[in-house]
Amino acid sequence: MQAPLIQFIVIPIVKIVVILAVVLLVVAYLTFAERKILAYMQVRLGPNRVGPKGWLQPIADGLKLFAKEDLIPAKAEKAVFMLAPAMIMVPALLAFSVIPFAPATDLFGLLPKAMPPYVTDINIALLFVLGISSIGVFGIILGGWSSNNKFSMMGGLRSAAQMVSYEVPMGFAIIAVLLMARSLSLVKIVEAQQAAHLWFFIPGILALGIYFICGVAETNRNPFDLPEAESELVAGFHTEYSGMKFAFFFLAEYTNMLVVSSLATIMFFGGWLQPFPNVAWLSFLGVIPPVIWFAVKVACFIFVYMWFRGTFPRYRFDQLMQVGWKWLIPLSLANLVIVGVGVLLVKG
Amino acid sequence: MMGGPLEPLFDVEEMELSFGPQHPSTHGVLRVMLKLDGEKIMDAKPIIGYLHRGTEKLFETEPFPQCIPHTDRLDYVAAATNNQGFVVTMEKLLGITIPPRAAYIRMILAELGRISSHLVWLATHAIDLGAITPFFYNFREREEILDLFEAYCGARLTLNTMRVGGVPFELPDGWVDQCSDFIDRFPKHVDEYEQLLTGNRIWKRRTIGIGVISAEEAIEMGLTGPPLRGSGVKWDIRKVFPYDHYDEIDFEIPVGSNGDTYDRYLVRMQEMRQSARIIRQCLDRLPEGPVMAKVPKVLRSPEGMVYASVEGPKGELGYFIVATPKGTTPYRCHVRPPSFINLQALPEMVQGLLVADLVAVIGTLDIVLGEIDR
Repeated sequence: MQAPLIQFIVIPIVKIVVILAVVLLVVAYLTFAERKILAYMQVRLGPNRVGPKGWLQPIADGLKLFAKEDLIPAKAEKAVFMLAPAMIMVPALLAFSVIPFAPATDLFGLLPKAMPPYVTDINIALLFVLGISSIGVFGIILGGWSSNNKFSMMGGLRSAAQMVSYEVPMGFAIIAVLLMARSLSLVKIVEAQQAAHLWFFIPGILALGIYFICGVAETNRNPFDLPEAESELVAGFHTEYSGMKFAFFFLAEYTNMLVVSSLATIMFFGGWLQPFPNVAWLSFLGVIPPVIWFAVKVACFIFVYMWFRGTFPRYRFDQLMQVGWKWLIPLSLANLVIVGVGVLLVKG
Repeated sequence: MMGGPLEPLFDVEEMELSFGPQHPSTHGVLRVMLKLDGEKIMDAKPIIGYLHRGTEKLFETEPFPQCIPHTDRLDYVAAATNNQGFVVTMEKLLGITIPPRAAYIRMILAELGRISSHLVWLATHAIDLGAITPFFYNFREREEILDLFEAYCGARLTLNTMRVGGVPFELPDGWVDQCSDFIDRFPKHVDEYEQLLTGNRIWKRRTIGIGVISAEEAIEMGLTGPPLRGSGVKWDIRKVFPYDHYDEIDFEIPVGSNGDTYDRYLVRMQEMRQSARIIRQCLDRLPEGPVMAKVPKVLRSPEGMVYASVEGPKGELGYFIVATPKGTTPYRCHVRPPSFINLQALPEMVQGLLVADLVAVIGTLDIVLGEIDR
């Protein structure tokens, strides 16, 4: 085969398949992790019947959802109703095409030359992820609207307002990182942290806080889970969905959690970098491969997500908007000024 | 607050939403017809009757002692106080004085029932507002109470554990120690729940100033129990018309001041602590003696009408019995269920609030459809 064919077709496809498979598997097991972690917070055991210690539970759940009857309400807008789950799942997965989870590697000498394991590194990766993730909201709005159910529609409306207002402070928080890294490429952001010997969460602690709060709101998780508020809207936008369509909404939520956590890791916690690279007695940490560091950091964020769910009540709709517009946006603007001046003083 | 629905600001079409009867937050089969402007509630109309079983009519066909199991099914999360209300009324009708030991056992069972009812209230109220964890802590303690009930009378939910003239059984061996052990631990568990909720900013924002009802309105509408006390009215049947031996027990009536959801929450949390205090005193002073007064095998009523009430977990639970001379069944038995009367405050309380507040208000009224529909 010709070299370009291998380079531009075969290798990317192999990467895409592997990454998709791994992400979906991780997402499936995130549901398991959530159930287990919540269970231990709530003096109970969680799933422990399917397989050893319940480890096959996500597989069983997946099979069950495949076998479920795929119901479409008689008065639903059929085409939109079918499209909505895909519209939320695809953008969530697409974001993983640019997330660098490890540096270029030759896989312990298996490959002739070092190759990046992520699919691609584009110079506007951050913008790409932001743009892609705001498409996801259409899935929720359309899903809520096309179900022809009043509860679902209210869920869809809530999520539209929520996502729009939380994307603004999130963008501002990201701009603070941008100022420090001077690049939109996620790989460059990590390399900038390596070069500066400083992870950006120290100068950008406020930005991290704002980003993560907005991230929780963007993914519709407790305490901002209003679009699907079980006790008010009875699952909100996905009330009418069953079977694999429901599974798509469910998995998309966890995939988005993973995206938000990965971005937080990359932007604020040095991505795949090991902590304390220059401290001699901690040099043994270098043995651990970068991808493990990345996974550990992401796992910490995911745990915080679940911790929130086990602890907080839910905000009310108007209070959520208040938090977004009256607190987070002014705070993120102020943070932008502080970081800007800081960057100017240090580098200028 | 009182009066018709609010006028919308713009020329808008109101959305009608049938909230329930199949809805996780209506605590049973309550249906609320909502008129919404966006998420704002313009009008709310509770519709009941989905759980009507004709209990009051059934009373007329059953001999007096066999009415007691039917009372279990009224407020099914606090069966002991239902039994107590009926037997106290019957004893008033028949002029029976029960032995002190029986009265103390009744008080212990009723207060355990009150705690378990408040635990269910807290669990569901917190879940309605999105806090899922208190539920499991509450049910852990409720389980111990149900175990105590089971050890005493064999049943866990529908207890049927009181008789006209006393209680059916002596306390089993070791029961006092088991109960005492639980009651000593219980206030620490209440601290745990409070740690999760009382100071939580989101919890406060969701409950303070929501579903406000003033003391005057509350009295006008005949509210009783925590919804009345949350508005600052010190009214508790156990104090004002003591039955059994509550007059010998030292306890306080917790009251709120603002009449909002948060104050009602605080009142119920304090009530759980007070109930534990009552049980502690009852266990310490438990007198010796029989648990059943001498009553005839077949109860025959004198002619008359009698009303007596007890302080149920939800409010004043009263029974009104009309008896015929030498009758073996009530001629008519009317139940005054606290939930039914408390529910009528719902439209006033939610007007102008958001849908999310509706579930908070339904939760804070602590209704049980079993006694609303009867």
